[in-house]
Amino acid sequence: MTPAAQERLDADALVDDPGTRIIVCCGAGGVGKTTTAAALGLRAAERGRRTVVITVDPARRLAQSLGLESLDNTPRPVPLSEGAAGSMHAMMLDMKRTFDEVVEQHADPDRARQILANPFYQTLSTSFSGTQEYMAMEKLGQLRQSGDWDLIVVDTPPSRSALDFLDAPKRLGRFLDGRLIRFLSAPASTGAFRLLGAGFNLVTSAIGRIVGAQLLDDLRSFVSAFDTVFGGFQERAERTYRLLRTPGTAFVVVAVPDTDAMREASYFVDRLATDAMPLAGLVVNRTHPLPEGPAAALGAREAVAAAESLGRSDSHPLASAALRLHAERVRTRERECRLRDALLSSHGGVRVAEVAALPEDVHDLAGLRGIGEALASASGDR
Amino acid sequence: MSEGEDGPQPPGGARAKARLHIVTGKGGTGKTTVAAALAQALASGGGRVLLVEVEGRQGVATLLGGPPLPYEEREMVSVPGGGTVCVLAADAEAALLEYLEMFYGMRRAGQALNRLGAVDFATTIAPGLRDVLLTGKATEAVRRRRGSRRRASDASPKAPFHYDAVVMDAPPTGRIARFLNVNSEVAGLARVGPVRNHADRVMEVIRSEQTRVHFVSLLEEMPAQETRDGIAEILGLGLRVGMVLVNMVRPPLLDEADLAAAAEGDTDPDALSAGLEEARLEAPGELAAALAGEVRAHALRVRLERRVRSGLEELGRPLLELPLLEGGVDRAALDVLARRLAEQGVRR
Repeated sequence: MTPAAQERLDADALVDDPGTRIIVCCGAGGVGKTTTAAALGLRAAERGRRTVVITVDPARRLAQSLGLESLDNTPRPVPLSEGAAGSMHAMMLDMKRTFDEVVEQHADPDRARQILANPFYQTLSTSFSGTQEYMAMEKLGQLRQSGDWDLIVVDTPPSRSALDFLDAPKRLGRFLDGRLIRFLSAPASTGAFRLLGAGFNLVTSAIGRIVGAQLLDDLRSFVSAFDTVFGGFQERAERTYRLLRTPGTAFVVVAVPDTDAMREASYFVDRLATDAMPLAGLVVNRTHPLPEGPAAALGAREAVAAAESLGRSDSHPLASAALRLHAERVRTRERECRLRDALLSSHGGVRVAEVAALPEDVHDLAGLRGIGEALASASGDR
Repeated sequence: MSEGEDGPQPPGGARAKARLHIVTGKGGTGKTTVAAALAQALASGGGRVLLVEVEGRQGVATLLGGPPLPYEEREMVSVPGGGTVCVLAADAEAALLEYLEMFYGMRRAGQALNRLGAVDFATTIAPGLRDVLLTGKATEAVRRRRGSRRRASDASPKAPFHYDAVVMDAPPTGRIARFLNVNSEVAGLARVGPVRNHADRVMEVIRSEQTRVHFVSLLEEMPAQETRDGIAEILGLGLRVGMVLVNMVRPPLLDEADLAAAAEGDTDPDALSAGLEEARLEAPGELAAALAGEVRAHALRVRLERRVRSGLEELGRPLLELPLLEGGVDRAALDVLARRLAEQGVRR
């Protein structure tokens, strides 16, 4: 088969370029985002950059693969081998702590205490969907501003859709600044929302019944304490969003060769283009390239036919099994190439790196280094 | 259908009292496929089964090769023997509006809430509300009885259930415990009141003997690890774990002696080469060397797969297998998978 015109994602050029300041790894769940982020971070560090990797993955898999006992909200040094030209730190996002720090930074101590103790704030900072993404962006902004890092690699939170990383912070910002929260926190008697017209009375009574008076009280004191402190959540979210559009940012979309993951990757690539966000390329993990040599020329049908011809005489079970195995492998590869080429044909010019499936999962720095090497030398032609 | 005790013991409560089957697993393990096959297996022999999709991916429509499904319970598959599988692509927003209308008669208020941003809030931001709306749809279908229009409580309690079983294509293992633990999730927003009551009703079904959480795994380390972690979490919530379904299992191609030799890199190149020569392939010597490498990689993978499998066996749950199907999954493939489940004892 002829692969679609395809350019290689050059991982070394990406991490070596001093202009690259942020790499964001996105994709569906279970495609190896965390591993890819850590491997890129390690490669950058060993090639001379001061690198920090942020992970938001609650499974703490990155922690394990980096040999760290635990990751907290502060970047922790990762011991590299001698001769590493740069340095590597890793951190795990603690969304509540990040939120608390934002509050403490902006409010006087009294007011900060008041906010932190508010039950509505506690729910917001621990369990609203979108808070994780919002705080990941917040942390990214902080690290970028600190000037301590040449390169920040971000592993995006696990969520229903890869797009949530882009959309959730703004959605949450819209809610926090929006009509609903003003409406709910307005004193019950003001009537400021008459303009809502028909259904308004039903709405007020229903919301009261549904959420209860206590929550509305908590919400009111939260909003009054909060209002004086922040310049607006939406604006804050948009500021970090803009950071993602600057030339120093590169998105790496991660996928595996299955239909769902490739579809998700394709949505994400479209979205980046729509929002004029810089896509560095697509990493396809866990592929099964064929080894070079005479076997590469042996097609699946031919191999099965040969195995069948042997099967009739039953004299060469090993060769027959090897041929069937090879046929399976060729078909797997064909399926992978089809999926990849379908994406490439609808998204011209996307650069790709493939990382071949490993017999075992990556558990340590050596494993991550191997992935980094594969990313740097990857080609997906076979 | 005979209810005799002569057949194999149904695994994981797939018979008995289980009527809500929640299917989870690591992303990429084929949850949707397995859930659809399970629904079909449960419908075989004349059952009426609802397959509920909650992730908004339209995965079932893709699987069945059709256009996206609307928000309604739609008959999609007829199973030999008179059974049917209905499919519902549950949608949190539609469920919310339906819920408001049903319980509060608030169709117009729904529009006002929408303008206010309250619908968006409830379905995408508020902790747990989305989950309780989606699980609520599934548990309502579990409780519904024939002769009732919608609400489970309309019909006589003696009427037979509308669905013999409900299968949920659930979120992946990383999010399943949170998703199912609805009342602790909504507690942050609603400690009292109708949302809380609704969550309690949903939780009652999820905690009951009628519900089983099944895990889909592959013979790979990470999915198996997530299965282990997920089972511990689900048991920690006091819920019932059903089967472990090992998906995409490849048939063994080599015998034990060849596997052992290959894993050590001791595949006999002459035997291989002689076979290839007999099959009239070109350059049999070189080809044999190349194929020996592939055979070794295969043998190492088989070894790893066996280790993973014995780890899964230690979980002490019924372990069912589904084969890897060449050429992907379509309706015909689903039939095959459903039959395989039935052969391994899955039935109502």
